[in-house]
Amino acid sequence: MFHREAGIFKTTYAADMALYPLPIAKWTVAALALLFVVLIPLLFAEYYLAILNLIFIAVVGALGLNILVGYTGQISIGHGAFMSVGAYTAANLAVRLDLPFWITLPAGGLMAALIGVVVGIPSLRIKGLYLAIATLAGQLIIEWTINHVPAISGGAQASIQVPRPDLFGLILNTQSRLYFFLLFFAALAIVATLNLMRSRIGRAFIAVRDQDIAAEIIGINIYRYKLLSFAISSFYAGVCGVLYTYYFGIANYEQFQLIVSIDYLAMIIIGGLGSVLGSIFGAIFVTLLPIVLRLLLENVGSLVFSESELANVISGTRLAVFGALIIFFLIVEPEGLNRLWRNVRNYFRVWPFSY
Amino acid sequence: MSAEDFGFLLALLLNGASIGLMYALIALGFVLVYKATDAINFAQGEFVMMAGLVAAAVLGPDGTWLIVAILVTLAVMIGFGFGLERVVLRPLLGRPVVAVIMATIGLAAMLRGLTPIVFGSATQGVPLPIGDEPIEIGPASLPPIQVLGAVVAILFFLAFSWFFKKSRMGVAMRAVADNQQVAQAMGINVERYFAIAWAMTGVVSALGGIIWGSMLGVDIQLALVGLKVFPVVILGGLDSIGGALLGGVIVGVVESLAAGYLDPYVGGGTKDFAPYVLMILVLMVRPYGIFGRRQIERV
Repeated sequence: MFHREAGIFKTTYAADMALYPLPIAKWTVAALALLFVVLIPLLFAEYYLAILNLIFIAVVGALGLNILVGYTGQISIGHGAFMSVGAYTAANLAVRLDLPFWITLPAGGLMAALIGVVVGIPSLRIKGLYLAIATLAGQLIIEWTINHVPAISGGAQASIQVPRPDLFGLILNTQSRLYFFLLFFAALAIVATLNLMRSRIGRAFIAVRDQDIAAEIIGINIYRYKLLSFAISSFYAGVCGVLYTYYFGIANYEQFQLIVSIDYLAMIIIGGLGSVLGSIFGAIFVTLLPIVLRLLLENVGSLVFSESELANVISGTRLAVFGALIIFFLIVEPEGLNRLWRNVRNYFRVWPFSY
Repeated sequence: MSAEDFGFLLALLLNGASIGLMYALIALGFVLVYKATDAINFAQGEFVMMAGLVAAAVLGPDGTWLIVAILVTLAVMIGFGFGLERVVLRPLLGRPVVAVIMATIGLAAMLRGLTPIVFGSATQGVPLPIGDEPIEIGPASLPPIQVLGAVVAILFFLAFSWFFKKSRMGVAMRAVADNQQVAQAMGINVERYFAIAWAMTGVVSALGGIIWGSMLGVDIQLALVGLKVFPVVILGGLDSIGGALLGGVIVGVVESLAAGYLDPYVGGGTKDFAPYVLMILVLMVRPYGIFGRRQIERV
């Protein structure tokens, strides 16, 4: 049971594509499920659950962006805006029509998918830099629209208070209650992405990424798959935005500015492009980084900087470390944390007889 | 259209054109790098901000050591360009376009994070000895800094046009841009020209930073000017210096017209919005810009 393979013994394609390649994979998943469903909520304090909740939300967004950037090879600097589309759709539905979360959540996702496809239309003619700039324009235009149309943004400071989600009469107003709610969606997103990438669609995405002209020649309708990728990816982003809205209890465009798009790009680059595990690593890393930095700087930084400067120094350091890490991973380890993890795993797989 | 309306329109056009030339000044830095190295610089706005901060720091509030400040800014930015090419861009040679885009986005984040720590987060002025008496041109009255910016942009345009057409270095740089391998076979030191291109961007950014900083004041917000680079270069074509100039003027005029005619109806802010809409439309019709060179892809 607790062993790994000594070689590749797969004889069918079905075995090669299986969700659990080895018996040990099932045990790992079972152990993780036990850890996350039973142990962590019992043992962790509210504050740590709040951090975990943030990570769960980030996992959903990072997976979505990775489908587009890592698997399909299209770049998007507009994901922050797609999240805001989902967030404001859900907030308006929840406040004006008093709809429950199981309607607002898919509605937010679908609306974001629709807008994502519209922003993605230029990808049919352009790629690389031009697409990056077109999605950047999408981000700025959506930001501006939300900010200037009171019908969407709810007027005062472009923010809408949203009631907490209500699950069969249980109002999810504490972190430990939100924990299971968000854990469910993070797990759902992970499983959905894993399965999507085993399917025909996922393979088509990868073909488009590797060489889109060649993909077209072997019969993949690249226009359809590029738009589909934008739609799926922005659906994830929209859901991520809705989850943020329920988490904070407020929809505010400031949570979804250009810098958020860059945060999510940082997640998938640091974690590993084109890998589900990488998206999860990236989401954990990028969410924890500012928290750890703040802890460090509040303890050490107060020796060097005055109290008033410290807030600036912390936010500045966070940005600078982000930037440096993006550059570092691009130059040194383009496959990100996922690759580092695999290296470690492969080392211990044959340890101590590595010959 | 009455005479008064016409005067208003003309004033908007002139004002837009002069602002547009200042955008072109920043966009020139972007085009230079792209033309020579095929690298895309998403940190152009941050370059300008950094140059402005250096100039403001040397100049101080009174602005006595103007020449020294300009020289120091130039030196810092040239050094920065060289160093950047060596440390960040060279290892990424031959990697996909997205990697370079992401690296410069990372660089932008880094500069945005570090500069307030080094230079402080307060808005600083860059006082230039040109007065603030508006210069009257026809119905428009332009602040002198805008006129100076426009003049500098046109001078740079002339200088770079000459440089790329006539000088030995410029011709070599065009060869490098066209085909790196063939250029190397002809005995051109490709890496050296990459470094020179980044240093030239440093020069343009240094003057851009001084002029924009003097107009708006320098703080982290100045980097947002860099976002205007993209409509400019998309309209003009990424590798065309003349295109950058024309694209700048178009963006400036569109902005100014939007601010003049649309703002009263929608409550302001169309200035930041109109150039991008125009850019998306252009991308749909002519994906490689007005003057851009069309790329043919082979499998």
